[in-house]
Amino acid sequence: MRGAFFRTLMTLAEKDDRVNLIVGDLGFGVVEEFAQRFPERFLNAGVAEQNMTSLAVGMALSGKVVFTYSIANFPILRCLEQVRNDVCYHNANVKIVAVGGGLSYGSLGSTHHATEDLAIMRSLPRMVVVAPGDPAEAEAATQAVAAHPGPCYLRLGRAGESSVHCGEIDFRLGKAIQVRDGKDLTLISTGGLLGTAVQVADSLHRAGLQTRLLSMHTVKPLDADAVLVAAHETGAIFTLEEHSVIGGLGGAVAELLAESSEVQVPFKRFGLPSAFMSIAGAQAYLLAQHGLSADSIASAIRSIVEKARAVTAVSRA
Amino acid sequence: MPSKNGCHDNAKFLAKRIRVKTLHMINAARSSHVGSAFSMADLLAVLYTKILKIDPDRPDWPERDRFILSKGHACAALYVVLAERGFFPVTWLDDFYQDGSRLAGHATHLGIPGVEVSTGSLGHGLPIATGMALAGKRSGNAYRVFALLSDGECDEGSIWEAALFAPHHRLDNLIVIIDYNKIQSIGTVKEVLDLEPFAAKWQAFGWAVREIDGHNLEQIERVLTNVPFGPGKPTCIIAHTVKGKGVSFMENKLLWHYRAPDRDELAKALAELGDGE
Repeated sequence: MRGAFFRTLMTLAEKDDRVNLIVGDLGFGVVEEFAQRFPERFLNAGVAEQNMTSLAVGMALSGKVVFTYSIANFPILRCLEQVRNDVCYHNANVKIVAVGGGLSYGSLGSTHHATEDLAIMRSLPRMVVVAPGDPAEAEAATQAVAAHPGPCYLRLGRAGESSVHCGEIDFRLGKAIQVRDGKDLTLISTGGLLGTAVQVADSLHRAGLQTRLLSMHTVKPLDADAVLVAAHETGAIFTLEEHSVIGGLGGAVAELLAESSEVQVPFKRFGLPSAFMSIAGAQAYLLAQHGLSADSIASAIRSIVEKARAVTAVSRA
Repeated sequence: MPSKNGCHDNAKFLAKRIRVKTLHMINAARSSHVGSAFSMADLLAVLYTKILKIDPDRPDWPERDRFILSKGHACAALYVVLAERGFFPVTWLDDFYQDGSRLAGHATHLGIPGVEVSTGSLGHGLPIATGMALAGKRSGNAYRVFALLSDGECDEGSIWEAALFAPHHRLDNLIVIIDYNKIQSIGTVKEVLDLEPFAAKWQAFGWAVREIDGHNLEQIERVLTNVPFGPGKPTCIIAHTVKGKGVSFMENKLLWHYRAPDRDELAKALAELGDGE
């Protein structure tokens, strides 16, 4: 996703001379091309995220479209008040880009795990929160946030994720992409676990459960219609994210379902516990440790759906 | 620069007007920060009569000088100046801070022409001003950016991030003015977190520093007229001021960071100021 982001950003910068990139002294090996091609629109603000964020606001209020870039929590949590008061309150045309969403930097330890970012960003007024699921979505998301005249948070994985989508995608902020259709349940995924979600859907299909798969790349504004229609049509909703189960995609969907009295469906959030990692480990290892491998998720979904069906059968009998 | 409200370009007149009107507003609202507003009243008066290139009819004029009140808690004085200069009707001041008012107790940009940015949490104004200065340089636009800081907010790390950044990027279109009234939220600067040697710190970071009497209108005008002091160097003006300046019983008193004058105190203070209405 990182490569897709930078390629797209350079295309945008060619067309629009308002586009500026500020990095917080990170991006070795990936920011150089932008810096060389657009030296007057590149800036390394140093290891100073508060200043980086407010600088971006000052530039945006002077007519620029400014991307700030760093890794994991650094561009949002170190400078959270700058994000809230300066970026959001002023409706500044600032796009905050974080590479390393979720457990991407697994072995680097808990300081580098961005596992509450969606919840925190989602709670800020005006902030659009986007977590693309594969490189194609990352490209489209970069274009979409640049075109949106206001604050955006773009959460990327790292480099080298496999592509899920083939060919053109219909990417619109706030609109889920239906990756698969199915009638037995819906799995809604955000961010880098989209590939895992496809594996889950395949596995459930083999077990006789036809799964609707939605890529909810925009966590805020949430595509409420897609969720409610899915609840109505498929009868069960599951969310998947590389994020704490508190307040992210799962939290957003839960809020929506809880207030929709006409649709009462089996529901579960798949995500990380609200906890710090007590062990080191690469991304895949840590995900598996927390039940976020495709096999674990598929088997948990099967048991919930089958149990619900059994209850329904009993109540009908 | 003529004013729509008949306030001429006399800084002394405007300074008095700021103090008198601010007292009325804070008294009516039962709000606070009169001391902080008074210590910067003379600085504001000179900026808005002699220095800033602004046009009240075009608050978004791209080539205007930008003024950022980083010490947003002292906003009552800024609102008075903007109203007097014709950015918005003077009647807006009457319900300052009160239920349903446009004017909140910290500088608010929403719907208030002339307020460039909302501040209130300390340490935000200078970094935003720095971004505006950088954007001006990158766009080849000759505007200048003035940021007025409190001394207490120089405790914030974000101030020093910007302080490091601006000289490195040769932002000589950026002017910091520090209202050094020596009293912060619950104590003197010396007691709470001493800033001295203050001028030397800014100098060491690469700023062109001048120290002035922040209540001497001629000195303020002279120094602000002559910025920048060297090509490529941002300016830092340390204005030595007195908290509550202009009303004897408020001067140098921490209490007036918080207290709203009651009716008797208002009358006494207005008498000292010679009213000015």
